[in-house]
Parts: sequence; C-alpha cells; structure tokens
Amino acid sequence: MSSPISREDVAHIASLARLSVTEEELDLFTGQLADILDHAADVESLDAHDVAPTHHPYPMTNVLRADVVRPSLDREEVLSQAPSTESGQFRVPPVLGEA
Amino acid sequence: MTETALSLAAAVRNGDRTARSVVEEHLTAIEAREGDINAFNLVMTDSALAQADAVDAQVAAGEDPGPLAGVPLALKDNMCTRGVATTASSKILEGWEPPYNATVVDRLATAGAITMGKTNLDEFAMGSSTENSAFGVTHNPLNLDVVPGGSSGGSAAAVAAGFASLGIGSDTGGSIRQPASFCGVVGVKPTYGTVSRYGLLAFASSLDQVGPLANNVADAAALYEAIAGHDHMDSTSIPLPALPVSSELDHGVEGMRIGVISELDGSGIEGISADVQARTRAAVDALAAAGAIVDQVSVPSVVYGLSAYYLIAPAEASSNLSRYDGVRYGLREDGANNEAMNIASRTAGFGDEVKRRIMLGTYALSAGYYDAYYGKAQKVRTLIIDDFAAAYENFDVLVTPTAPTTAFEIGAKTEDPMTMYVNDICTIPSNLAGHPAMSVPYGVGDDGLPIGVQVLAPLLGEVAMFRAGAALERSLV
Amino acid sequence: MTVVYFTRDDHEPIIDPAIPEGWELVVGCEVHCELSTETKLFCGCQNKFGEEPNHNICPVCLGLPGSMPSVNAAAVEYAMRLGLALNAEVQGSVFSRKNYFYPDMPKDYQTTQFDLPTNVGGHLDLPNGVRVHLERAHIEEDTGKSTHIGGSGRIHDATHSLVDYNRAGVPLVEIVSRPDIHRIEDAKAYASELRAILLAIDVCDAKMEEGSMRVDANVSVRPLGSNELRTRCEVKNINSIRSLGRAIEYEANRHIDLYNSGESPNQETRHWDEAGGRSISGRSKEDSDDYRYFAEPDLVPLVPTDEEIQHIRDTMPMLPAARRTRLLDASSADPEAVDLVVGRGQDDLAFEVIAGGGNGNSVVKHLTNNLADGIGQMSIESFVALLQMETAGDLSSTQTKTVLADLVATGGNPTEIAASHGFEAMDNSELEGILDQLIAENPDEWARFAGGDRKVQGFFVGKIMKATRGQADGKVVNQLMQSKMG
Repeated sequence: MSSPISREDVAHIASLARLSVTEEELDLFTGQLADILDHAADVESLDAHDVAPTHHPYPMTNVLRADVVRPSLDREEVLSQAPSTESGQFRVPPVLGEA
Repeated sequence: MTETALSLAAAVRNGDRTARSVVEEHLTAIEAREGDINAFNLVMTDSALAQADAVDAQVAAGEDPGPLAGVPLALKDNMCTRGVATTASSKILEGWEPPYNATVVDRLATAGAITMGKTNLDEFAMGSSTENSAFGVTHNPLNLDVVPGGSSGGSAAAVAAGFASLGIGSDTGGSIRQPASFCGVVGVKPTYGTVSRYGLLAFASSLDQVGPLANNVADAAALYEAIAGHDHMDSTSIPLPALPVSSELDHGVEGMRIGVISELDGSGIEGISADVQARTRAAVDALAAAGAIVDQVSVPSVVYGLSAYYLIAPAEASSNLSRYDGVRYGLREDGANNEAMNIASRTAGFGDEVKRRIMLGTYALSAGYYDAYYGKAQKVRTLIIDDFAAAYENFDVLVTPTAPTTAFEIGAKTEDPMTMYVNDICTIPSNLAGHPAMSVPYGVGDDGLPIGVQVLAPLLGEVAMFRAGAALERSLV
Repeated sequence: MTVVYFTRDDHEPIIDPAIPEGWELVVGCEVHCELSTETKLFCGCQNKFGEEPNHNICPVCLGLPGSMPSVNAAAVEYAMRLGLALNAEVQGSVFSRKNYFYPDMPKDYQTTQFDLPTNVGGHLDLPNGVRVHLERAHIEEDTGKSTHIGGSGRIHDATHSLVDYNRAGVPLVEIVSRPDIHRIEDAKAYASELRAILLAIDVCDAKMEEGSMRVDANVSVRPLGSNELRTRCEVKNINSIRSLGRAIEYEANRHIDLYNSGESPNQETRHWDEAGGRSISGRSKEDSDDYRYFAEPDLVPLVPTDEEIQHIRDTMPMLPAARRTRLLDASSADPEAVDLVVGRGQDDLAFEVIAGGGNGNSVVKHLTNNLADGIGQMSIESFVALLQMETAGDLSSTQTKTVLADLVATGGNPTEIAASHGFEAMDNSELEGILDQLIAENPDEWARFAGGDRKVQGFFVGKIMKATRGQADGKVVNQLMQSKMG
C-alpha cells in the first residue's frame, strides 16, 4: 500500500512552514506522519458530499466593533521584548524577495 | 489542606483568615514538593504575597474583595500575564513577557483569586502527558513515576498537590479533563465561546477553550462563574453571561435522562482498562440509584472524532504558530537573511511534537489536499454535531470514561505519537462539537491511581452537566 | 458623445498607437484602497498616516501571541458602499487566512476574503464609454511597512530591513478588474475614475503618493486579432497615474521584444522603478507559496441585510459620471470642461451659481480657465452678480476676468470693484460716435465690410477697443456695426 505522504512531501511542507529538518528527522517524521494519515484514512473514505462543513461550533454572524479609537500599546514596552530594534522599528536581516 | 476554595474564600472575606496566611501556607506546600513534581514554570512568590496583601487591605477597608478572595490559583503558562513570563512551555517564548493580560486573567484578579504561578504544559498545549514541555516533565503528585496527563498537567498537578486550591487550564482535545482524571481532580471544558480566548496562546482556534480545575465540583462551578461570560475582545464569544451553575448543584438527578454512549462504552475504546470500565459502570449505576433514567445511546460519528481532530487541530495550529518567526518577540537565531533567520529560530525553538503537528497541519491545508483532509474533517464535525443532537433529543446529559486508562508511566508512550493520541478518544468529540464536558474523580484503579468519569452536555448545557457531576461526587461517600 | 467599445469576450481588436503595430495590449488592474475609517480593520488602533513608527500598535495588529481580531463595522459599511458604487453584488462574506511568511506580516498570515468576498462582479465605465468589468472587491488587512537599509535602499543589496507596523491592520478594499483594458490611456482613465469615485463616496482619500490607493497592473500582450491570454506580469510600486501609463508601456514593449526574439516573458511579479523608467524582476509567481486558505476561525460570517444594503444605496452620494451628465445638461458647456470641473469637485459650486442665476456655460468656462484653485474670498452671490454683468454686456470678458481675480483675492462686490477700476458700462451713443468717426476715416475698409468681408471686422473692433481703452463691449460693437450696414 502506498504511503499517503512521501519524503519529498515532507521536505516541501517543512520549507513552507519555515522549518529545517535533518535527514534522520526527515525519515522519522515521514514515517510518523504517514502513520497518522493512515489512521485518518477512515475520514478520507467517508462519503460526505452533501454535508456542509462546520467552521464554528456555535453559529453567530455579524459580530462587529464600533469605529472608535482605543489606546495603543506603549512602544517601548513592546520594543523591549523584540530581538532586535533600530530607530523605533523592528530590525531583521535582509529579506530575500518581495512578497 | 482539606479546605475547599469556597471555604477559604469565605474565611478571607469574613476576616477569619488573612489572604496572606493562605498564600504562605500554599507556598510552604510548594517548597516542600515542587522540586519533585515540577508543576510550575514560574512560582510568583512576590506578586502572590502582594496580591494577598491587597485583598487583605480591601477586606480591612470594608470593600468587596471578590467571590474568590485570597484563593490560591495555578495558571497554565499559555495565558498572557502582563510583565510576567508567558512561555507556552516552549523555548521559542522563553522569557517573553506580554504587554497585556488575557481577559480571563483580569477576571481572576477581579474575583480576588491569587495567582501562585504559571504552570507547566505540553508545549503549545500539544500533548496528553506534559512530557512535551521544553522545561521538563511534570510528575503526578500521587505517584512521581507517572504522568499527570496533559496538556494542562501542571495545573492539575498543582491542585492535586495542594500548591493551589484552584487551577486554570485550556482544553482543545481533552487537555483539562484528561489531566483532571489522571490527578484525581475536577476538570471542566465549558461550551465553546463561553470563556474568552483573548490572551490564550492559540493552539486550534475552533477547538480551544479555557476552563477550571478544582478539588470538588462546587469550587469548579465557582471558578467557572468567575471567568465565563461575554468578552467583546473575542469575536467568537457568545453574547451571554456565565450560566448559573452553582445554584443548581444540589438539585440532584431525579428524572434526569442520562445516556451512556455505546461507541465509547468499554470495548469500543482501544486499550481501555477493565478498572476504568468498572468505575464508569459504577458511576452510571450510582446516578440511576439517585433517580436518573439511564440508558445506552448511540452517537455513531464519534468514532471518526480522533481522525477529524488530528486533521483540524494541527491545521489551525500550523497557521496560529506561524507568527513565531523571530521578528517581533521570542527566540531569534541569526541567519544570513530573514528567511534563514525564520527557519533557524523556529527549528531551534519548537520541540518535535510541535514540529510534527505544524507539518501535518500544513499538509492537511495544502493545495490538492484541502478537500480530502481539512475540508473533509470539517464535515465530520457536522456529522458528530448531528449525531449528538439526535441523542440529546432523548437525553439530558451523556456519560463516558474520561480516559481509557489511569495515568501511565513517564516515557511509556513517547515513542509512537499515535499511542499518545488515542488517549483523547473520549474527550475529543466534545471539542469538535463545541459542547461542554467535565471530568469528575470517581475512585481509583487497580494501581491506586485516580479514574475520572466524564459528563457531557449539549451547547450551553452547563447547568445540567454540573448537577450530574455534583450528584456523582455526592455518591462517592 | 459616448463611444462604446466591445467587451473582452467579443470585441474588435483595439489599437493603441503607443503599442507596436500588430500587437494588442491586455491589462487588468488590482487596486488596493485604504479605507478612511477612524480605526484599523481588526483593532481599535488609530488609522492614521504619517505617525512615528510603531506608534499605533496593539496586541492584535502586532500579532502578539494570544491576540484576536474584531471587525470594524465602519470598514464593512465603506466596503459595501464602494461595491455598490461599482455596480457589484453585495453578499454574505467570510474572512479567510492567506498563509505566507514575510516580516511585515504580524501573524505571517493575512486575514482577507477568499471564496466569499463582500462584493462580487460589478463594472466601471470610463468617461469615454469603455466598460471595465470587475471580478470582485474584497476586504483585507494591510501589512506593515519595511524599509530596506544599506546598499541602494532596494531590497537586493540591503544589509538589513526595518519594520514599522503602524500600517499593519489598516482596512483595505482590493478591487480586481478583468483584463478589459486595451489602451494605456484607458488604464489611466480607469485609475482616475476610480479615484474620483472613491473621493465622491468618501471612503478613501486615494492619495497614490501616500499609498492610500495602490494600483498594480497585470500586463500581457497578444497578436492583434487574437483572443488568447498570454503570460502576464504583475507590476507593482506604481505611485502616480502618470507612472501607471509609463509602466504599462514599458512592460508591454518588454513582452513584445521578448516575443520578437523568440522568447517569452516569465510569469512573475515585477517592481516598477520610476527613476530608471523600467520594471525589475521580483519573485517568480510560480513559486508563490501555496497560501493554504481556510476560513478564519476567530471571526464569524458577515451577513448584510437587505435593509442595510438599501440604506447604503439610498444614501449614496452622486457619482462622478452622474455629476458630469448633470452639469452637462444644466450648462450645455464643452464636455471636456465639464469633466475638468467635476474632476476637481467643483460641480456642486457650479450648481450653486446656476441656481443663483448665473449662466451655466459661463460658470463652467470660468471655473475651467480661471478658478482651478477655487473661489477664494469670492462669495457665491458676487460670482452670480459678476456673471450677470458679463452676460448683460456691462463688462467685457477682459474686464470680467480682472474683477474676478480681485473678488477671489479679497472678496467684495463686483459693481464696486468694476467702478474702482473705472470699468463703466459704455454709453452706446458714445460708442456710436466713435464708430461713425472710424467709418468716416476708413471708407474703403467700411465698404469692404458692408460688402460682406467679415475679415475686416477685426480692423474696426481693434480700433474701437484702442479708442475706448478696452472698455467697449465686443457684443455691442458688433451690433452697432451690423445696424450701420443698413
């Protein structure tokens, strides 16, 4: 029976998730994830084509907030928890590409 | 410390005791055994004493110090406390001090409860044993070789060990109820949307709920009332006040229709132990003896709950945990460029279980797989909700074991993730449906370790649920 | 006059003289509009441009652990108003998460609308009659702003970047058009007209230079006569309408050059470099992340009622197209002048003047030619009075212009100002006298005029103007000359 997830899949999703995995971890995780997905195959094979998904257990609509200004945070308190700052801004290493 | 939280609060409010003396007593207990148990990531000695003094000052001035005045409380370390480290037991947030309080934290302060410290958890609430913490394992106070359960193992252990009289946990797939069962305390997951999630470090947004842990049902009810109720900062918060559960606790179960879920009764559960089955049966018999009408009921789709959960929860978690990128807060490991820095920080900062779930969740949402995995699992939720609805047409509350076994040995289930996941088979369906559920201690197993029985109710069915739980507790005389 | 072009589905090829022969330009625009609400989309932080960095931030817009969004009611209302102004269908909507990593994204996902946006479909008609169909106009949150430090300030050679989250969480409506634009001038007109609509309905201050309206152009080309859609590139960082034209022209030519040399463009996002007059390759759109969209679990669906939607329709301010028609009908003025007046937002003023008794055509003419910066100190009453004096012939057009300038600068009363300049209404008999003398002095010229030579008219008018120091009313002079012909 073919595995529901391959090593290449795991390498790809690790990169999407901004995680790096060693070769050993890649093997380990691939096996573990395949296990879990095998177990979830019962859901996969369920026929639920006429069932609507539930996104919210308690259905509500139109929860809205009035357009009134509320106090912001103190910048120093926030920046004091930042790994690196410069001129009141968050500093990061050079970004590779435009979003 | 056989006092209840409510009796402690009464004594403090009356001036019979000072809050300070209560806190000092609990600090002594912590000093004696915390080294062995490791329930806390941070014991907040100075601020607990300061809080206690503030309560005493209010009492002296004739002001109302709140319904839980002076009661020591253990707060799970995934709740934001301003200026106090909030880590989710992860290296990626080690030492991070939020600039704001979770809504629940504010409400606890208003109620006069005293936060003794931030308790250990499975990292980002992902786990069922509190072995996935970056800051060490928490040991079960009743037997140091076994786990306290998880992910709210620290809070459950703290209450069981007498470090605090009340605890706050979070429950996404059973993380309050299962540790409650393993530690012999009461644990409640309220209806989704009744307790604010603002300031709770999110794991799975459509499943997470904050809830109480306590030594008895009445204490748990009082804590529930102090924290529940609408919060405008949480857009999924139901616009209702806390349900009046305390006032109904003594009303008994005469005429209450109680269903035993057949799919979760005994052999339907993989690896369920005989003593758990026996205690659950005893609980059901006790409820019948107290006047309830008991019968079996089928909720067929619950058997898909585990699979649906392990697609939905990691999917939402993978998105919720993206923000931990080393840019604005938390651990940063340098890199030649921002992308490399993100990768290095997250790889160093997250433990294996978290990484596993992030990858599983990313996969379940990814192009080409959404329909088969996340999309399908969301439909399974509807099936489960529909089957529960059908059951609740003929029953007021339902009963199952809380967990398949008593607390297992530390290290016994860490090899294979699946063996850990099946712990949650009885608790997960309530999270998927958004329904309330609670675990009530009901005796011990052959190994002398606690066994909890679970009471389930429909949306906003807390009153009936607490009544049945109280009746169970009373039957254990 | 309206000209109707064919739509994309069935149209005759449209030739843009600025595009090399044999090729047709195909452009769709994605326009991001920052809504001018008081607060951000999901939190109560102030929505204000130009503050000190990281001044308007809170747990929500900073993406702090444990934070949760709450939807700004005004942002939803503005978005529906914009959708209705663009003839879109307003529907129940759901917020979704678009997952990708970037340092200016506080949560590393953007909360946007994916499969159920607030506004679906719609169209925008250009003044020249071209109809640009819209796919959707959805609500989403803006990102923070990164500045790249070191090197040239561009991303490619920066040593590091700095991030300011003031803009993170500002409400946006993204308007996505179909690729219905086939001329550079139409693209510019699209952006201009959209801007005019945004201002008219007061949902966005539409300042491209400040980034409150950001136009991205999806550009491709195809052989003239073909219906295919070839590889397109998204061009971003366009900061003015003029740049929009330049960027499209450059990009189209770049594609054509590639095709002509046997190659083809890569599907990618490109960055417009205004100073260098070129687009620069950015990230390939192919390895754009799988965004893993799913419904935002922290927010519940929005379901507008029919009453709400009707109320927005009922209270919709008059849109530019309707304003142009209205002023055209009331003034019979030149359509280009009408466009200009409406574009400047001066049509309400024009109507006040018309209502007060001023001549429509004249007010449009004066607004166009002399009042670009507004009426300053001049009151409506004075403006009306001045126009009436001009129409009655009490003042020549040159005199009117002088009095107008004074009124604008310092206010006052046109009659008094005219008098202070010595602009008396000329007595006709005095004029007649001057004319008679001129006829006597220039009999040959007068004979030619009387014989039907209109060219010689200017000779007499000029002499009369000189004799009267410009105070003669041209119309009266013409009347007198006509009557003297007998």
